Amino acid sequence: MSQPVPATTDTTAPVAATGVKKSSRVVAMLGRLAALAAVYAFFAILTPASKGFMSDANTQLMLQDIAVVAMAAIGMTIIIIAGGIDLSAGSSIALSMITTAYVLNLGPEGQKLVLAHPVALPLLAIAAAIAVSTLIGFINGAMVTWLRIVPFIITLGTMQMARGFAKLVANEQNIYPPAEVQDLWISRLLDPSKTVFTWPFLPTAVWLVIVAAVLTALFLRYTRLGRHIFALGSNEKTAILCGVPVPRTKILVYMIGGLFSGLAGILFFARLGSIGQPTEAIGYELFVIAAAVIGGASLLGGRGTILGTMIGALIITILRNGGVKMGWPQYTQEIVMGLVIIVAVTIDNLRQRGRS
Amino acid sequence: MSAPSAVPLLTVSGVRKSFGATKALKGVDLTLSRGEVLALIGENGAGKSTLMKVLSGAHAADAGEMKLEGAPYLPTGPLHARGLGVCMIYQELALAPHLSVMENILLGIEPTRGPFMNWRETRAIARRALDEVGLTTLDPATPVGDISIAEQQLVEIARAVAVGCKVLVLDEPTSSLTQKDVQALFALVRRLKSKGVAVVYISHALEEIEALCDRFTVMRDGETVGHGVVGRVPVNQIIALMVGRNVEDLYPRSVRTPSTPILELRALAGRKFPRAAGLTLRRGEVVGIAGLIGSGRTETLRALFGLDPVAGGEIRIHGNLTPPAGPGARWRQGVGLVSEDRKTEGLAQNLSIAENLTLSKLEGLGPWRFVRPSRQNAAAAPWIKAFPIKCQGGEQAVEALSGGNQQKVAIARLLHHDCDVLLLDEPTRGIDVGSKAQIYAWIDKLALGDPAAGKAPKAVLVVSSYLPELMGICDRIAVMTRGVLGEARPVAAWTEHSLMLAATGQDQRA
Repeated sequence: MSQPVPATTDTTAPVAATGVKKSSRVVAMLGRLAALAAVYAFFAILTPASKGFMSDANTQLMLQDIAVVAMAAIGMTIIIIAGGIDLSAGSSIALSMITTAYVLNLGPEGQKLVLAHPVALPLLAIAAAIAVSTLIGFINGAMVTWLRIVPFIITLGTMQMARGFAKLVANEQNIYPPAEVQDLWISRLLDPSKTVFTWPFLPTAVWLVIVAAVLTALFLRYTRLGRHIFALGSNEKTAILCGVPVPRTKILVYMIGGLFSGLAGILFFARLGSIGQPTEAIGYELFVIAAAVIGGASLLGGRGTILGTMIGALIITILRNGGVKMGWPQYTQEIVMGLVIIVAVTIDNLRQRGRS
Repeated sequence: MSAPSAVPLLTVSGVRKSFGATKALKGVDLTLSRGEVLALIGENGAGKSTLMKVLSGAHAADAGEMKLEGAPYLPTGPLHARGLGVCMIYQELALAPHLSVMENILLGIEPTRGPFMNWRETRAIARRALDEVGLTTLDPATPVGDISIAEQQLVEIARAVAVGCKVLVLDEPTSSLTQKDVQALFALVRRLKSKGVAVVYISHALEEIEALCDRFTVMRDGETVGHGVVGRVPVNQIIALMVGRNVEDLYPRSVRTPSTPILELRALAGRKFPRAAGLTLRRGEVVGIAGLIGSGRTETLRALFGLDPVAGGEIRIHGNLTPPAGPGARWRQGVGLVSEDRKTEGLAQNLSIAENLTLSKLEGLGPWRFVRPSRQNAAAAPWIKAFPIKCQGGEQAVEALSGGNQQKVAIARLLHHDCDVLLLDEPTRGIDVGSKAQIYAWIDKLALGDPAAGKAPKAVLVVSSYLPELMGICDRIAVMTRGVLGEARPVAAWTEHSLMLAATGQDQRA
């Protein structure tokens, strides 16, 4: 430590009682895991065996959906911790997916560029998709910061705009890159042929999500920017008072959020079988926000964990998938989903209140 | 001690209340008679707020008994309590800013005609209530957000008056009022008292209690520990009851030797206030800024610190002319500010003590741009111990602390940062006497420095509305009047009276 320490310094820090709080955090996380297990068990037991909820095929399908939601939810969690919200996430996913498809479809019919450059073009597609979605994030952050309008409104606007651009780029049609693309690595990110019991156990994209989640969790906890994000979300005025570069931090936060939406969009492209559908991922931001919130993130800012969000993403995806497998009509699925979100957040709130 | 001869209006006996393992109230007894003002004194955390919540029906007592006019008093909620004639005025006013004054006064008890609001009746009731609290010229249709804090407080009291309250509980009512408004409030309390209303007056300010109250009850650690008649018990003894020990000297002031100028302001001006602030602050001295609320004292600190825009003037730090800059730059120049508003600005309430304490300077708590939480805690620990900050450890959330301990966290941030210039805006507002004494001791210690430990004296600039505090801890005091900062004179050249005269612009010398 560089600063002088008061005369009565004693290196035995009063940390005895802090274990209490840590353990309560562990209990909360165990609670979420238990909820996850319960949701899975519910469908595993109640779904008729013929529907194959537990089948390899369905597990792979769920993994694919989880990868998309979880990837976007990592970015959303950062934004929510910083006291913001990003309603444009679903549209950003769509725009990223369309951008990917558009780049892979470049060139005249029969002489598509991707056929000549099977490695370079997918990389370019990914770069373009990430650039576009990060730009949307930048626009979100810049407008929230400079126009001083609440993020809900700004991102409600960019949600519409990004969707519009996706349709514009796609010329209001689905983009079908050449069939050969389906055999390229970019389309195999969510390769369903990889089973849970043989190396590498999970589709590449799921590993990517795991790595991204771990890195982000470490980033939030162990870097100055990460601590600034928590401070900003907990109390912006305090952050300003303490010299946190608030405008820069905010813009960065939304850019990171956009980046993750972009990554999710690339996965979505692979998930849909290498097609760009401009009308896909509508309302996806709500699943993503729900994942973060079920995971314990507070929409008031200053609170949230990546691990929690990952569990939230699993719960959301299993619910959606399980509902279909149970043969529930759409409306039942929606009602159940709504109830689960409310119950999860209520339990979390009660627990918070009980502690303070 | 028993109640005066009159039949007690309200009696509370043996009231207990626990939240989980925390015993918030461990046995409270008090009696209240018609037409008396009872001071309820105690440090933060002594259980006053919990007692208020029990009285208002927000919490049900676990044990004990309450009687109103001899009958069992069992309020089921604030509205019920209000209906029975027991009204609370909380420190944080509970008004809806977008609604009109009359709607606020009759919120929850609106006169109706069938399903419709009876506006004529509403206006008439509000008018009577407003007249009674002295707001004779206020239009009941004014939105509450458009009137001053002092007026809002009177509107809250009018709300109580409108339902014919018998017991009025005022929680720290003067904490955000100017001297003039305080006098008006006192006059109102006396008027209500003469009409037979019993007032429970919660305050930290013992001189207010002496001026206004008849009797006092002291609470400590959830218990009532003493009663008495105001004026018959020496102040020292009351303080001793509050803190459970003797406070020898509230305002320590060692012999200091101011050295080189470290902060110089010349004609500093903000967008509106200050208009012209000139000041020289030297190492090893404590300078106070007195003045009325709204005179531009806070704005001076904020402009200097880069929280508000600077419109003109010069700022020199360590002798170097420095352009207007944001808080980040000021921290790096060794200047730190404690906000007057620790709840909404000073501290991030749901973050930990360590997080708050180290926020301005995370550098050095890990390699490169990394921060190690264990190092954050280790950096906070010595200050928690030295201040001392009463808590369960550095990882505890700030919101769980009492006001005094929160304030100590806000000040400790400047110590962690090792600031040379400490700008303290109302550093002891609304906190308990024990914490005040500790903060004063630290201010003295910082201004004195500790050559043996290689620590140079700091410079401290204090803005305060509490004159005894300024007189007690400062070496020099300057008075701000309508945006202009007067000359900083040695504290011996001032009296509280002359400070007030200067603040109101009646000082011939200024």
